[in-house]
Amino acid sequence: MKIRRGWKWFILPMVAALLVATFLLVGCSSGSLGTITENGSTTVQPLAEKLAGAFKAKNPDVNVVIQGGGSAVGIKSVNDGTVDIGAASRELTAADPTLVKHLLARDGIAIIVHPSNPVTGLTKEQIIGIFAGNISNWSQVGGQNKSIDVVAREEGSGTRTAFQDLVMGKALIKSDAILQNSNGFLKTAVSSDSQAIGFISMGLVDSSVKALAINGVAATEENAKNGTYPVVRPLYFLTKTQPTGIVKDFIDFCTGPDGQKIVAEEGYITVE
Amino acid sequence: MSRYFIDRNAKYLVLVCASTSFIILAAIAIFILKEALPAFQHVGFIHLLFGTTWRPTMGGFGILPMIVGSLAVTLGAMILAIPLGLGCAVLLAEVAPHRIRQFLRPAVEILVGIPSVVYGLVGMLLIVPLIREIGGTGYSVAAGALVLTAMVLPTIISISEDSIRAVPRRYKEGALALGATHWQTIWHVLIPAARSGITAGIILGMGRAIGEAMAMIMVTGNAVQIPNSPLDPTRTLAGGIAVEINYASGLHENALFAIGVVLFILILAINSIAILAIRRGRHAQDVC
Repeated sequence: MKIRRGWKWFILPMVAALLVATFLLVGCSSGSLGTITENGSTTVQPLAEKLAGAFKAKNPDVNVVIQGGGSAVGIKSVNDGTVDIGAASRELTAADPTLVKHLLARDGIAIIVHPSNPVTGLTKEQIIGIFAGNISNWSQVGGQNKSIDVVAREEGSGTRTAFQDLVMGKALIKSDAILQNSNGFLKTAVSSDSQAIGFISMGLVDSSVKALAINGVAATEENAKNGTYPVVRPLYFLTKTQPTGIVKDFIDFCTGPDGQKIVAEEGYITVE
Repeated sequence: MSRYFIDRNAKYLVLVCASTSFIILAAIAIFILKEALPAFQHVGFIHLLFGTTWRPTMGGFGILPMIVGSLAVTLGAMILAIPLGLGCAVLLAEVAPHRIRQFLRPAVEILVGIPSVVYGLVGMLLIVPLIREIGGTGYSVAAGALVLTAMVLPTIISISEDSIRAVPRRYKEGALALGATHWQTIWHVLIPAARSGITAGIILGMGRAIGEAMAMIMVTGNAVQIPNSPLDPTRTLAGGIAVEINYASGLHENALFAIGVVLFILILAINSIAILAIRRGRHAQDVC
């Protein structure tokens, strides 16, 4: 009984202290210069977090909140006015609302296979054939006599939309393709299957998968930058109107030299 | 006055506590129905429920493949989990010596606590490659069913074991006294007498299986198609919501909520059957 009572007297003040501390912290940030909110593309998210960190280091009075959600969410939220900045990892279409675009970086999409796959490159036509389901065996494109496991992203993903627009064109990704709902899961799926092919953001390629050359052009940052690599998409920050105040400061920081240095460090293609 | 005041008002306090859960249930039902309504209006109930094309960004909103996918993985899991679970429950309740039971019971209980994402990861890196050896891509109905089997086993085992233990001692004594062997007693007396509890366990396990999203996303391949064989990829209803909700907006989002309504109704039906089974079993036992 005594021990129990002891615990109670210990836990209660702890909880109270935590609550007070939380309120104080919240109070602090709302008392500062202001908060910038951003959400949208999960491809942009890790980059935006790095940029926000660097911006906060220079401007400690400003709080930047970065969230994911996907390009469609970013476009919708900024148009609704729910956030200050929306992020999109694809070109805006006629179906999207009119927004002010701020080109943050460019990102190549790499076609990836298992590192043990002898195939090192494909033509664009072969890639279309594979993803549409017309080519179903690696031997048809110069590989081993094994069936091809097509792995793609789910409907609505910015990476899928960009891949559809930049590679597939009118052709549809076959309906029995394996779908993974993030760049990370897709990479795991390809790295654990010697017959798999998939596509992810070039900045996320590592040694667990092999990026294929397209039409003989290797999937390198350099080739994406000089325009020879054909599958490159823009990464945008979107605002509803021309930005002002701290939102303008943040976007200027990201598109300026300091921000672009981080863009390059993170493996994306810088913009002038 | 305070002692009587508390006594008079305590019932209202517990009433408030109890109604909270009902209010939450009602709020969820109203919310998903409201969000799903535009999809039902725009696509039509029949087209939505029995359409086979799911291309939400291009106007295809048929969820039949996902309904079939959910039922297929659940059925597969049940075919594996019912005999396994029942066997394990009989072992724990009747056969195993105390020391083995002491070790096995906590092991089964730990299975419940493992997060579904861990089941999914193990399935993705262990079961999927194994199934790929047999044929197909490995991401399949079979992989989903195997992962779900592991996930529902503890539910079936613990509820079945408890209900076998709850069979009155005189049943077992009576059977043995009449000359039945231990196995005959288990098979012809204990299991039939514990039937309602076992059924409830199976149905609760089924509810868990049909609602599982994370692990299913990771191992079923998520291709929206009616599977022709256990080796084909498929997508479940719960997995379908989780895969696309991040990127959905407008009618696409409403359609995902419509999937939620279908899932809600399915789980409501399963739970009602469970309640009925328990009630009928209790009644039957009383008559005995």
